[in-house]
Amino acid sequence: MNSHRRPAIERGAEGAPLCAWEPVIGLEMHVELDTRTKMFCACEVTKGDAPNTHTCPKCLAHPGALPVVNQRAIEYAARIALALNCSVRPRNIFHRKNYFYPDLPKAYQISQYDEPLAVEGWFDYWVDDEKLRCRINRVHMEEDAAKLVHAGGDAGRIAGSDYSMVDFNRGGTPLIEIVSEPDIPSPEAAREFLQQLRNLVIELGVSACNMEEGQIRWDANVSVRPEGSSDLGTRTELKNMNSFRYLQQALDAEIPRQIEVIEAGGKIDLETLHFDPDTGTTTPLRSKEEAHDYRYFPEPDLVPLVIDRAWVEELRATQPELPAARVERFASQYGLSRADALVLGSAHALAAFYEEVVSLGVGAKPAANWTMGEYLAHLNAAGLEAGHGHVTAERLAKLVKLVADGTISTSSGKDVFARMISERAEPEEIVEKHGLGQISDTSELEDAVARVVADNAAQVEQYRGGKQQVLGFLVGQVMKATGGRANPQVVSELLRTALDG
Amino acid sequence: MTALDPLRLTARVAKRLLVDGEISSAELTKVYLDQIAAVEPRVRAYIRVTYDNAAKYSTKVDREMQAMRGPLAGLPIAIKDNMVTEGVTTTCASRILHDYMPVYTATAVRQVWDRHVVMLGKTNLDEFAMGSSTENSSYQTTHNPWDLATVPGGSSGGSAAAVAAGEALWALGSDTGGSIRQPAALCGIVGMKPTYGAVSRYGLVAFASSLDQIGPLTRSVYDCALLLQHIVGHDPNDATSVALPEPVALPSAERLDGLRVGIPAEYLAVGIEPGVRARFDETIARIEEMGGTCVEISLPHTEYALPAYYIIAPAEASANLARFDGVRYGHRCADPVDLLDMYERTRSEGFGPEVKRRIMIGTYALSAGYYDANYGRAQKVRTLVRRDFARAIAAVDLIASPTTPSVAFKAGSRTADPLSMYMCDICTIPVNLAGLPAISIPCGLSDGLPVGFQLIGPAFSENRILQAAHALEGAIGFAPAPTFCDSGVVAAAGERTEARA
Amino acid sequence: MIGEDDVRYVAKLARLRLEQDEVARMAGELAKILAHIDKMSELDVADVPPTAHVLDVVNVTRPDKPRPGLSREDALRNAPAVSDDCFRVPRMG
Ligand SMILES: [Mg+2]
Ligand SMILES: [Zn+2]
Repeated sequence: MNSHRRPAIERGAEGAPLCAWEPVIGLEMHVELDTRTKMFCACEVTKGDAPNTHTCPKCLAHPGALPVVNQRAIEYAARIALALNCSVRPRNIFHRKNYFYPDLPKAYQISQYDEPLAVEGWFDYWVDDEKLRCRINRVHMEEDAAKLVHAGGDAGRIAGSDYSMVDFNRGGTPLIEIVSEPDIPSPEAAREFLQQLRNLVIELGVSACNMEEGQIRWDANVSVRPEGSSDLGTRTELKNMNSFRYLQQALDAEIPRQIEVIEAGGKIDLETLHFDPDTGTTTPLRSKEEAHDYRYFPEPDLVPLVIDRAWVEELRATQPELPAARVERFASQYGLSRADALVLGSAHALAAFYEEVVSLGVGAKPAANWTMGEYLAHLNAAGLEAGHGHVTAERLAKLVKLVADGTISTSSGKDVFARMISERAEPEEIVEKHGLGQISDTSELEDAVARVVADNAAQVEQYRGGKQQVLGFLVGQVMKATGGRANPQVVSELLRTALDG
Repeated sequence: MTALDPLRLTARVAKRLLVDGEISSAELTKVYLDQIAAVEPRVRAYIRVTYDNAAKYSTKVDREMQAMRGPLAGLPIAIKDNMVTEGVTTTCASRILHDYMPVYTATAVRQVWDRHVVMLGKTNLDEFAMGSSTENSSYQTTHNPWDLATVPGGSSGGSAAAVAAGEALWALGSDTGGSIRQPAALCGIVGMKPTYGAVSRYGLVAFASSLDQIGPLTRSVYDCALLLQHIVGHDPNDATSVALPEPVALPSAERLDGLRVGIPAEYLAVGIEPGVRARFDETIARIEEMGGTCVEISLPHTEYALPAYYIIAPAEASANLARFDGVRYGHRCADPVDLLDMYERTRSEGFGPEVKRRIMIGTYALSAGYYDANYGRAQKVRTLVRRDFARAIAAVDLIASPTTPSVAFKAGSRTADPLSMYMCDICTIPVNLAGLPAISIPCGLSDGLPVGFQLIGPAFSENRILQAAHALEGAIGFAPAPTFCDSGVVAAAGERTEARA
Repeated sequence: MIGEDDVRYVAKLARLRLEQDEVARMAGELAKILAHIDKMSELDVADVPPTAHVLDVVNVTRPDKPRPGLSREDALRNAPAVSDDCFRVPRMG
């Protein structure tokens, strides 16, 4: 796989190198906001409740019902726009986007069109340790569709289903659409962009961006062009994805497909594609004759929003620390490498966990090592989010302190960590219960040292002959004999005394 | 109990009789239910008469007089069947809402219900308020009690005919391009369209959202003010509703001293019938006798108002009526093969020809490539129409015109030619485009049929209009009552059409 | 000018099914109405701002406070077809 910096894919027919191609990717993301109520009605936004228990005449689009804008949704949307360095436009209007679908009760979505909330921003994200910038075209507000479940036939799919069922609980949830410019140079970068943008939104506290619940979803536009060209090729659209893995797989399938078509003398059609993760291929979703004609026009049921400068500045002043700033701070405040600062500082929950460990009196570096090492491994293995693992920051801090003050060795520390998960107990209790405390008492260690000296005559000889590095081997033998509990410094001193003396 | 003539009784008088204990609400209600029994088979003003509710509720008002006191308590009212009423079917005179049972109540209706009015029933209209003759109802044709062979006007033809025929003390209607004023004029009663936003549209089944307004149809200007008082105000459920700068006052003026009235030359150039013109000129002369001054003014874009209206209203309607899709309520076709089949057959079976025609025009006007030339241009023409009024109103207090170019026309005489029907509203449509308040009061008869006189004012000048109309009403002293005669069949478009009675 | 193909396209967008005779009739009627509407093209409106709203009102919003809505029974009361407490629609083909 090419790196993000050299995304060009070398293609050659029968050994003859043709031109190199580079992909151009743009993303369009939809994020459901965590407001208490829906975008245009006072129904509660909920997850997992029984179907059609959070509806009203407005979100069921009963005759005569009218929308009224949720004030908080505007604030949340503006916070996202500001975090993406967009200019929040002073005048906003809503439009109707007309199309028929059972999950869209009014048969139009109230959205924004040519006077959106915010435009012309950018988002900086990292791929490995390189910072890339993607321009943001716009951020606008709209409402989510209801939930459709397809029944009968091939369970869960439209194709072959006998009928479908609509649950309007989700219908009308505030939705933010973020449209990027086509600035993303590789599938890997697209994935990083999305993950880091998700982290940003979570940081703002405006959406949990829960992936399983589809709180964040996106479409990807992709085209290819000769490397170094600044023209844009015809793009295809990969619709409605909500898995980072599928996104990358889909792009990894679609980009070579486009290159093949072009190199065979064909043309790319502007079309919408569906990625099938089972076959790893992309197929057209709908034909062009059904191309949407959305008939946008200004929503007459809503009046314009005039966004006050002072209010925007107030929001700006009360934005939380964003991941980019936090990464910088972690590097300078805690003396972490950029790579470590990125791992620890990019996502809200892990960063908060780390800082809690540090705040409990642990050194920044050991706290970083343990958080990135044992703790992160545990989260990954258990599939848990930071802060939701089976080891609290408090317990981890205690553990790191036990290692730091020499009560236990580093290797015992790992053992204790594992037991903290299986036994859900405090580290001291575990050390106590399993006798994992480090042995620094010389009298306890002298026997073991004497035995190792006696059992390893050849090595002792080598050491005495001037091969200093053999000492390490002998220390290891003592450690082994004590089940890893010996204090290695004390052991090497005892060994030196025994051998040199 | 005194013998009450429902053809002459006003709410003002009825209220006094109730307060003085000379009549009970039950007795008053029975007067109307008896009149309904007597004339409804000929007039057919109601889609549904709520006999039981009216009888029970009026008795309750009488019984709980102390608790249910108030300015409107016990007065019977008719409601146009495009305002949703919880527990009472609301059809919009459309097959697509046959048996639709609303789950909430329109704010304007709620306001009168909360003041203990007695609802007599839901009145007929052109399907979804699209029409000027009430001939577009899917259920029945309403007849003008002044001549059963003629139309009552539309789209609030049921409400106007009910009040004119003594089948209701007063009524609520809605006006998108003249739908209160035109039928009020043709039926010889008072009808007022308030300033756009003065009355909540919540629960008014939307036709054209930026034009629709609910208003009163009454037997006197005083009654009009009395009813209007209680339906105006900002409604948190309607973002386009606003509080009036001053409360609606009950009018008492008898003179018009100092009142400057503008007469738009363009309104008199559109083929006003001689009889209508004569009554109009007499009324203008009367204004001058009463101390007012009448001057000719110009509203130069009048001839463009109708074309603009016939783009804007259908465009908004095409989106507003998209929710009637057979998913959540209303008609659904039998045995749909699939979703598209359901949509198309449901809507084709459910909507009548005029509604389909307007949906088609509106969809066309908004569709890709046609927006700018149609909807976009119509919105700009709308600006010009507004500017015309603003300029004219700067020099005068009110603007006067005939409400309609002709008196009630024969049923069936214009149904074959949509454009000739649209011309009925030439004097009323520009007022909706500009969002202004206007009233129609009867100003005499022509060939035995009522003629309407329209007064238009600047935004929120309801009180000015009501005072002037009240003074003028007193001076005109319009006294005749409808006779329920039947002038018989009419020859239309070269062939004989039967007037259904 | 509007032709029968336009009528068919627009009918499809509007989810109306028109029989062939209706298409022809509708094309004629719409053509007449649109010819009338074409009167607007006499005006030079290049510098005229559009009016989407006559109201001089902005920023009408509501607080983010939940209010009880409909019971499920009321929500489904008018539904033509129900399955598992959901609105049921035919297969999406
Ligand atoms: Mg969107
Ligand atoms: Zn709702």
